[in-house]
Amino acid sequence: MTTEMSPESVSGPSSTDQSGPESFSTTASKVTTVLGWLSLASIAALLAFGLLISPPEISQGESVRLFYIHVPSAIVCLYIAFSITFVGSVIYLRKQSVFWDLVAGASAEVGVVFLGFTLATGMLWGKPTWGTYWTWDPRLTSTAVSFVLYLGYLAVRRLDMDPVARSKRAAILGIISFANLIIIRYSVAWWRSLHQGTTLDPRDTQLDDSMLVSFFLGLVALSLTFAWLVIHRFRVAWLEHQLEAQQLEVAIAERTASAGPTGLAAGGA
Amino acid sequence: MIRHAKLIAAKDLRIEVSSKVLTAQILPFGVLVLVLFGFGIPPDRRVLGTDTDVSRSLLEQAAPGLFWLAVLFSALLAINRSFAIESADGNLDALRLAGFDPGGVFLGKSLAVAAELIVLELVVGLGAFLLYGPPLNDVVLLVATVTLTTGALAFAGILYGALGAGSRLRDTLVPLLVLPVLAPVLLAATRATESALFGPSSDGWAWVGFLGAFSLLYLGAGILSFGSLLEES
Repeated sequence: MTTEMSPESVSGPSSTDQSGPESFSTTASKVTTVLGWLSLASIAALLAFGLLISPPEISQGESVRLFYIHVPSAIVCLYIAFSITFVGSVIYLRKQSVFWDLVAGASAEVGVVFLGFTLATGMLWGKPTWGTYWTWDPRLTSTAVSFVLYLGYLAVRRLDMDPVARSKRAAILGIISFANLIIIRYSVAWWRSLHQGTTLDPRDTQLDDSMLVSFFLGLVALSLTFAWLVIHRFRVAWLEHQLEAQQLEVAIAERTASAGPTGLAAGGA
Repeated sequence: MIRHAKLIAAKDLRIEVSSKVLTAQILPFGVLVLVLFGFGIPPDRRVLGTDTDVSRSLLEQAAPGLFWLAVLFSALLAINRSFAIESADGNLDALRLAGFDPGGVFLGKSLAVAAELIVLELVVGLGAFLLYGPPLNDVVLLVATVTLTTGALAFAGILYGALGAGSRLRDTLVPLLVLPVLAPVLLAATRATESALFGPSSDGWAWVGFLGAFSLLYLGAGILSFGSLLEES
């Protein structure tokens, strides 16, 4: 990610690299520009296949098309985004690298957006299929709880306190939240299994070839979009981090220049 | 670590005894929630029990869940209180300076909250029996459920309470953090209590196992991570 960037844009952000702000003038690079166009192209292909080429499903009708975005976005946020947050949190706690802290945060933030999207599309699919927006289906219920779980993680990242202590707390939370994700999922599934039979499972239905292509395209499109968003979100966070560090230096420099060495000591007393 | 935990727990409980926040504020709140549930759920509506053909009042059938909800909301107050008493004068930093083992601080604060929760559960539980009038099928299962749920609430609550400690946003942050985490506990405790009240007991013991595993997990996580959480708080 960092090696192929053009010199006028991003110079490899890492925990040790403290290069000046002029080297980080845009959050785009050649790689992300290509990634962005690939995302758009795959979304266009997904629209063509998902809405026009693939047939409606026998029992679910047209609403099956929601699955081409619903299931991929669930996979991207629950399996990819929060795993990245987990890994980033572990590495941050071991190495104290700002890079991984910001990666964990960026991934969780975009993950929460995808999770909200998953919930919304799931409910839209539920209305024509189950006749109601909400049922106490295990997946739906546990996804809603997980959504709030990661909103809490994002809230901790915005706490009004020392950035290092905050990052440490966020990292611990990023690790435990991942365990909670699993606990919530299994406990809710177990809870519902005692009370009702399994609900309609999309994986049981036979998929036409063009449906499989649409589903695969959805997975590709949403993964690419996710990667593109996370990289940009990370770079904005990295800029913010550099700006904070730089503001302090500028303030100190201005104070020193205006007061002089003796004046500073007197002013600081 | 155990010795430090005892010291911290004793300190928190002494503060509790002298300030009487539990008895004067948290207990009445818990009982009030029980009464308010009666306004939300029509008391004279009757439903068929899930287990038998016996018809019960809706409140009676929902009693296990309502009891644990009342306990959960009151527990949030107890958890916030546990960190409110540490927020003045950088008390958590002072505890570290005094050479307290972070795991011991975690264990001590958890035990103090657990002791308060036991009192709370006795009073709110008595209130629930009086107000909702459910039967009691298996006392041993009920005691096991209450004990392990108390552990789960205290350990997870103190760990998450520490995440908000030292911030002005603590009061609003901690419920957001801890409620989704405790959702599985609420679920398990409600199911186990349903079995203990209405039977059959066999279903309940599986959930008790879940509560035990959850408590142990958070006990371990709290002892391991409390050092990092207390640093620079």
